[in-house]
Amino acid sequence: MKPAMRRLLILLAVLASLALLCVVAVVALNTRGEDPLPADMAAAPVTPSAAQVERGRYLALAGNCAGCHTTRGGAAYAGGVGIETPFGTVFSSNLTPDPQAGIGSWNAAHFWRAMHNGRSKDGRLLYPAFPYPNFTRVTREDSDALFAYLRSVAPAPTPNLAHQLRFPYDTQAALAVWRALSFTPGGFVADPARPAEWNRGAYLVEGLGHCIACHGTRNVLGATEEKLGLSGGLIPVENWYAPSLTSKREAGVADWDPRDIVALLKTGTSARGSVMGPMADVVFRSTQYLDEADLHAMAVYLKALPASEAATAGGAPIRRDARVMERGGKIYDQRCAYCHGDVGQGALGAYPPLAGNRAVLMASTANLIQVVRHGGFLPATAGNPRPYGMPPFNQALDDDEVAAVLTFVRGSWGNDAPAVGGREMLRR
Amino acid sequence: MKIPRLLQSLLLAAWSLAASAATPPMQVPDTIAQRAAACIACHGREGASADGYFPRLSGKPEVYLFNQLRSFRDGRRFNTDMTHMVQHLSDAYLRELAAYFAGLDLPYPPTPAATDATPAMLARGLALAYQGDATRGIPACAQCHGQALTGVLPGIPGLLGLPRLYLSSQLGAWLTNDRHALAPDCMAEVGRKLTTADINAVTSWLALQPVPADSHPAATLPGPLPIPCSALDR
Repeated sequence: MKPAMRRLLILLAVLASLALLCVVAVVALNTRGEDPLPADMAAAPVTPSAAQVERGRYLALAGNCAGCHTTRGGAAYAGGVGIETPFGTVFSSNLTPDPQAGIGSWNAAHFWRAMHNGRSKDGRLLYPAFPYPNFTRVTREDSDALFAYLRSVAPAPTPNLAHQLRFPYDTQAALAVWRALSFTPGGFVADPARPAEWNRGAYLVEGLGHCIACHGTRNVLGATEEKLGLSGGLIPVENWYAPSLTSKREAGVADWDPRDIVALLKTGTSARGSVMGPMADVVFRSTQYLDEADLHAMAVYLKALPASEAATAGGAPIRRDARVMERGGKIYDQRCAYCHGDVGQGALGAYPPLAGNRAVLMASTANLIQVVRHGGFLPATAGNPRPYGMPPFNQALDDDEVAAVLTFVRGSWGNDAPAVGGREMLRR
Repeated sequence: MKIPRLLQSLLLAAWSLAASAATPPMQVPDTIAQRAAACIACHGREGASADGYFPRLSGKPEVYLFNQLRSFRDGRRFNTDMTHMVQHLSDAYLRELAAYFAGLDLPYPPTPAATDATPAMLARGLALAYQGDATRGIPACAQCHGQALTGVLPGIPGLLGLPRLYLSSQLGAWLTNDRHALAPDCMAEVGRKLTTADINAVTSWLALQPVPADSHPAATLPGPLPIPCSALDR
């Protein structure tokens, strides 16, 4: 054999071994931390207590399972909601006890493996649109209660829809590599240095609440960056910005009275601010149903988040086009002042002030544009059953007019935030 | 003491700045009318829109309005703005909003006289409104919507005083299965039998009809309903 040929063979052998090693590593990383399924499935206990079912019902609300697993007006937990991601659309699955379409043939160990390890009953890896990187922190006891509750809902024969993902994201191999890089199963680890209430809040916020799914930063692979925490993120495709919960310039609550945080999550509104967009959905479907003790624990945890101060504005004074300001001011007087007041002072308990409102002044203008275009009501909750609302202006105002009125609002009555430009208006 | 002009204007500026920062929030009435203000940007003051696309709300049957609001929320009707508006509202609150608009008794503006419809089309529209088309199983509009076409309590809407564009887009949505009601969905039965020519004819005719002096929905149907209908459920 010629030396060149021998060298080539050695090189190929090395490459093949490396590839094999990678495959072994990916497989190993994908199965770590998995409990073996019980050998005798039939023997697994299946008679939950009424208290366990009720506990599961509550936990399903805490995790807002219906937010993704129930279509508008559709059968509860029958799946079929399309979750749009930068990689394509993932469809939520049927969680009802229907034996074919749902999870009627599952047992609690299968359900635990899905929650804790992100693997389906048939062994398929699950897409992290199902937030198992958070749910892996949920205890076995809570997972079993959730499963017991889901066994109790009405079976729905709605078949699951195939995901519509682009290559290579539609392959299990790509998902396996993603998981090897981005997912580590592991339970919630309490911090003994912190009070029990803080730990309860951490368990809810970091686990079932999966707040980081919106309030966190995602890397290019779409994985949430744990180390950056709840420092805010633009929700992909939806184009709502989930503000930072660690910054007092955005939605940080370090200086809030915990009662106001509880009120916001319970009723959708508080003395310090109110919810809109996707967070209105979270209050409407999830947090309004949580008990005061859990909400207070979440408040304690959120108040204690480490502050991440974004660079203060400062520097060169902000320049605004006088013509745009004049145009925006006219639109404001015609369309906005009736509710928000002639100097952005708002109306007590009804319409938020715009002067000095950090939701108006935030660096991201995504939410302002959404609100002006689409309007909306605060969520109707037991504590705020007859909310006030704002009309959609996308029929009445074109992009330039929305940009002008927002530039005016961000630059008037002591507000001093940069103008809204055409580029921001292109996002839909 | 004389205050230099520059200092005067500085003081004035500081005062107005402080005043704006300290301007107390307004008080608005704690009423359903104030809450419904979010609807009037499109539907007109007191929901009495008369032009463009948006349908009038005032004076429509309460159950009809409530059913439509629920349908937007629950995915039986599709309009991005409407869905966004009602998606987080409760049945109780939607019923209150429906009752508010249903209770408004406001005069209708004159019906537009201009039309691009041919006399033949208008004749066809009139026939559909009062006779229907028995050979194709299409009941007359008046059989369900009342002899005066002003609707029937509690849940059947009037067909007069509405923009033609709105009427035709709604009938079109029934035709293409994009608008639904709770079962039994009577209008879906009718809608799928219509052709676009039928829709053009009947909406052209309806949009030209003056609203009668008594614009209120009728209390009772002219006769038995030709098709079972959820609109009669309270």
